[in-house]
Amino acid sequence: MTTYLPSFAGGLMIGLSAILYLILTGRIAGISGIVGRLAEGALPWLNGAFVLGLVLGPLVYLAVTGAWPEVTITASLPLAVLAGLLVGIGSRMGSGCTSGHGVLGLARLSPRSMVAVVTFLAAGIVTVTILRGSL
Amino acid sequence: MNRLAQPLAALVCGTLFGFGLALSGMLNPARVQGFLDLFGAWDPSLIFVLGGAVIVAMAGMLLVKRMKQPVFGDVFHIPTNRRIDMPLVLGSAIFGIGWGLGGFCPGPALSALSMGYLTPVVFVIAMVAGMVFHDRVLAGRI
Repeated sequence: MTTYLPSFAGGLMIGLSAILYLILTGRIAGISGIVGRLAEGALPWLNGAFVLGLVLGPLVYLAVTGAWPEVTITASLPLAVLAGLLVGIGSRMGSGCTSGHGVLGLARLSPRSMVAVVTFLAAGIVTVTILRGSL
Repeated sequence: MNRLAQPLAALVCGTLFGFGLALSGMLNPARVQGFLDLFGAWDPSLIFVLGGAVIVAMAGMLLVKRMKQPVFGDVFHIPTNRRIDMPLVLGSAIFGIGWGLGGFCPGPALSALSMGYLTPVVFVIAMVAGMVFHDRVLAGRI
């Protein structure tokens, strides 16, 4: 219960942010799309402001709650480089990540997003199962 | 007015998104990997992040469908492509492998930048390099 409730509340906020962004600006709050376009210099003020907000989010959390969110990092730096490259290439190739496909795509009942979510969940589960030797 | 209002809306929405990520547990790679560790020490709590987000977004979509245009814009930029193709499936699989390896997806990696750890910084640099590499070299070839 103690972990489920903050997770659900955080999820509600993420959903509210995504739908508010669509209602106000007309654009999908897909983080890989926002960052990819920003890297190519497209709509720098709009995309840059969203990224700045993302970075500010945990600072506001710290100001409100008085503590940082808990973070335990297991990946070594070389593994983080590999993971980052794969996440960058894959999210752009697949036209989205956990936010664009996962939140808004599922909310729109998009068949492409449903396929994407099932695929990246399956790939993630296989990867962690091998990484941790869980089977 | 839209030229100022749109980035301001983006800043507010981005901050709310980042706060939600911090509250939800998604900034913790160990929790994310625990969620993906279905056959091991499975931590199902992050289902509630996606569930909560999708419920709100779904309700909001009912409103969006009744709107002719966004509040601070001319048109809705909503994807219309419905083809299940190779880039979608291959890209999502590659993304999933990277997500499992690091425990970070793009939003949480960016949010974690403000927390003073080195790993998210390294991850984000590699991620942006991967995005640019895809968009300039791989796009249209797969």
